[in-house]
Amino acid sequence: MSAQTLSFLAGARKVFPILLGIIPFGMIYGVAAIERDLSPLIAQGMSVLVFAGAAQLAAVDLMGQNASAVVIVLTALVINLRFTMYSASMAPHFLRLSPRIKLPLGYLLTDQAFLISISEFDRDPAEGQKVNKLWFYLGAAIPLWCGWQLSTATGIFLGARIPASWSLDFAIPLTFIALLVPVIRSRGTATAAAVSGIAAVFAMALPLHLGMIVAAFLGIGAGVLVERKKQDE
Amino acid sequence: MSSSVWLIIGVIGAGTLLLRLSCFFFSGKRELPQALLRPLRFVPAAVLSALVTPAILAPEGTLHLAAGNVRLLAGIIAVAVAAKSRSILPTLAAGMLSLWILQALARSYS
Repeated sequence: MSAQTLSFLAGARKVFPILLGIIPFGMIYGVAAIERDLSPLIAQGMSVLVFAGAAQLAAVDLMGQNASAVVIVLTALVINLRFTMYSASMAPHFLRLSPRIKLPLGYLLTDQAFLISISEFDRDPAEGQKVNKLWFYLGAAIPLWCGWQLSTATGIFLGARIPASWSLDFAIPLTFIALLVPVIRSRGTATAAAVSGIAAVFAMALPLHLGMIVAAFLGIGAGVLVERKKQDE
Repeated sequence: MSSSVWLIIGVIGAGTLLLRLSCFFFSGKRELPQALLRPLRFVPAAVLSALVTPAILAPEGTLHLAAGNVRLLAGIIAVAVAAKSRSILPTLAAGMLSLWILQALARSYS
């Protein structure tokens, strides 16, 4: 097996448990879209054209409330602002790739693909063999894309037939918790998470879902300060 | 009517793609300056935390720091399981099971 195939499989292996967490996420979005009278084509179309769960859910919610187009677009884009941060972190690893490859790589970028890839790429090289980054990333990202499309379609198909009392929407923050905990490895990251988490609750009142991005910036700032203080000790 | 929905979706999609690609096409310096690199390390922790806490601490939209908030309790259990197992399946299972059990308990005591 070539190094590329091995790397692809390594990425796929890492992403597999996360895929299971994506299934309820996609289904909830699909159900929500149908409940708000969106056509199945539009609902699935958003999964293809936008491919971002949190923003899709928010957009669908706002459409159901008859919000203006500007509000819907701005809210979705603010929620997706975190992708610039992921882009900045991933860019050095994709530096030598051709622009034509970078386009689909960018399209496939998600929280999960980013987190899996960055924890693999930033590993201490002494720990073991280095993977082919492009193929590892594809091994993680492509199954995620397929899983998202399939679970969205399932939700759309089931429509309103999933009872709200099942609380399947809780699977969404659970997935994020499972991704968050391993990422907290130092005083800086713990501070970043704590500050951001607390700020996010207080910032909920901000319009256009700005709370999340404001909280994230505060958390990042706090993490940097704590780390800098530790270095001065 | 639906054409305007497609327009909205198209704009969100294009904008999101631009955000995803935003740093991919900067040529030149191989390394970002430290001032930009250092904050990037905290992005996953900060962003994930901001996505988690409102759903756990304020599931109804306002802060609910009491034992009555079953999602908070289930969330704490999920964090403990995540810390121990470092794996998503046990975390997901433990979180959902805890929630269902706590919800059933809450119903039988109300």
